[in-house]
Amino acid sequence: MKAPLPGWVDIGLIPVVNVLLAFVVVGLIVLAVGVNPFTAVRIMIVGAVGYPEAIGYTLYYTTNFIFTGLAVALAFHAGLFNIGGEGQAYLGGLGVGLVVLALDATLPPVLLIALAVLAAALFGAAWAAIPAYLQAYRGSHIVITTIMFNFIAAAVMVYLMVNVLIAPGSMSPESRAFADAGHLPFIHDLLAYAGITMGQSPLNLAIVWAALCCVFVWVFLWHTPWGFELRTMGHNPSAAIYAGVDIRRMTVLAMCLSGALAGFVGVNEILGVHHRLILNFTAGYGFAGIAVALMGRNHPVGIVLASLLFGMLQQGGAELSFDIPAITREMVVVIQGLIILFCGALAHFTRPWFEALFGALRARSGRTTAAGAAEA
Amino acid sequence: MEEAITFAVLILSATLRVATPLILCAMGGLFSERSGLIDIGLEGKMLAAAFVAAATASVTGSAWLGLGAAILVAEALALLHGFACITHRGNQVVSGVAINILVSGLTIVFGMAWFQRGGQTPALPPEARFMPITLPGTQALADVPVLGRIWGDLIGGHNLFVYVALLIVPITWWVLTRTRFGLRLRAVGEVPLAVDAAGISVAWLRYRAVLICGLFTGIAGAYLSIAQNAAFSRDMTAGQGYIALAAMIFGKWRPFPALGACLMFGLLDAVAIRLQGVRVPGIGEVPVQFIQVLPYVLTVILLAGFIGRAVAPKAIGVPYEKEH
Repeated sequence: MKAPLPGWVDIGLIPVVNVLLAFVVVGLIVLAVGVNPFTAVRIMIVGAVGYPEAIGYTLYYTTNFIFTGLAVALAFHAGLFNIGGEGQAYLGGLGVGLVVLALDATLPPVLLIALAVLAAALFGAAWAAIPAYLQAYRGSHIVITTIMFNFIAAAVMVYLMVNVLIAPGSMSPESRAFADAGHLPFIHDLLAYAGITMGQSPLNLAIVWAALCCVFVWVFLWHTPWGFELRTMGHNPSAAIYAGVDIRRMTVLAMCLSGALAGFVGVNEILGVHHRLILNFTAGYGFAGIAVALMGRNHPVGIVLASLLFGMLQQGGAELSFDIPAITREMVVVIQGLIILFCGALAHFTRPWFEALFGALRARSGRTTAAGAAEA
Repeated sequence: MEEAITFAVLILSATLRVATPLILCAMGGLFSERSGLIDIGLEGKMLAAAFVAAATASVTGSAWLGLGAAILVAEALALLHGFACITHRGNQVVSGVAINILVSGLTIVFGMAWFQRGGQTPALPPEARFMPITLPGTQALADVPVLGRIWGDLIGGHNLFVYVALLIVPITWWVLTRTRFGLRLRAVGEVPLAVDAAGISVAWLRYRAVLICGLFTGIAGAYLSIAQNAAFSRDMTAGQGYIALAAMIFGKWRPFPALGACLMFGLLDAVAIRLQGVRVPGIGEVPVQFIQVLPYVLTVILLAGFIGRAVAPKAIGVPYEKEH
């Protein structure tokens, strides 16, 4: 009979050790490429937080990771694995683009931006709702369907961009640029109003929206009856049914919220930075969300921390590949993969070591106490 | 008439070439999934194998060494999947996703570091590749109207892998349905407890399934980079691992229907390339994306139970916990 581990080991030490293991492997890979890992770390840290523009970029990347991380985590709480973040983010951006392209000449900025954000949520939610409906009511597996929907989203976007939304006379598949009303303000512009100068970076108001989403997810999951039902379903579907939860409806609701969160990547990218519809702006953020959620233990606070780390890696990694050509930006993708491996699939891999360690410690302190008692 | 035959031969032989990696991956996935292990990682294993095959072949100049290295790396990833999912009872989908993401990054990182060509490997000379095989009698039959083309370009004219892939399908069927190992493998995917109670190791059976899957995906990867093409390029698999997964599901986890699905998806791809920019009478120009997306759409529709019913092995995705 194994004694249970202390709580702080379970939720604190083991996850940290798992992340460290992932980074040890990353270090070995960097070494294999012929670069000193410690030099690489130093360049990355300076590149990620060493000067104001870098911090701006880091936070801009962080915003995307928060959205997709929250999306994956919310679905995880419902016992659902949403691999479709990539497609939902893509469609969210499409929603933003369609609204702004249609209305940027007529609506005032505030209303236009509100509508665009709503469209991102609706399009992302709709793209997640179909796999959710098919799982809840037709019995198909959500993992497979969301994977398929990523590919379908990519094909739909290529078709629309090449044949429908392409700007007249444009050679590359891009829509026309949005009018100024359809720009989410940059943070450096807002700070300039307040008299603070900050170097230009793509960081925009979407990060405030991401912070609000974190609060929303936290309140929703832990402080509303729906959140309670959702988590009950995730822990034990049979118990949820017995408690009167309509798990079909709950599946669709959870996936819609998840898809809406993923769709907000479109707000940060299309409304905040590119100001036109382009292809491939999701750039793997949907998949990275899995790593973020696993590392952040599916809690908004953890997700913010993990997103900051990933944002730093993304920005620092870009600087690193600039300084050391032997290392490419894709090193960040490798890190994401390793974190999913060590924090997800191999999450319990180190547990037996800790059980052995703490078992031995306990036996020893047990002996000392027994010896002490005998002396007394 | 002659023209129609030529066109049909062109399309069908293109179908075979496109379908080959799908067939190999689908059969690998079939072994894994029939034993109860979800394998999202077909794509990653194939991509890693493609990279290692091209890298090894370009350094050593030997196509066979390339193939061997490809199989080794795919087996290593397969064992990693097994280690996470069988030994440590980790989440099978998470493990597969991790492998896919890891490999998509690693192949570029190492490709850039070793070859400095933007993630590509150097172009391989014919000696370092598996070249199309010319069947005996091709010369003699070349002038015979219909038969000459069919013999030379449809039945012959492919590289070794195409024939291997087609051969693996009946072998898979035979192993799964006619051998003791196959029976146990299917049982372990349905009711692992029964297999365990009969005194057979669930873990060892599943490890063997995973190893077979690694072997097939390794061959599929080598096909892409050292047979069909003459180099590795970034993200070379381009979702074919997922299409193979879809084909396996479309074939309802059975070898011959899965082969049919692979050929159908291959045909769709071959037709899509041919139809690029062509106006079809009565319909107008068919968008290529529309045909390319059909495998995914069809799989979704099938899974939703609108065309027949695809029932997965019962114990799939559930880690087996031996009682103590």
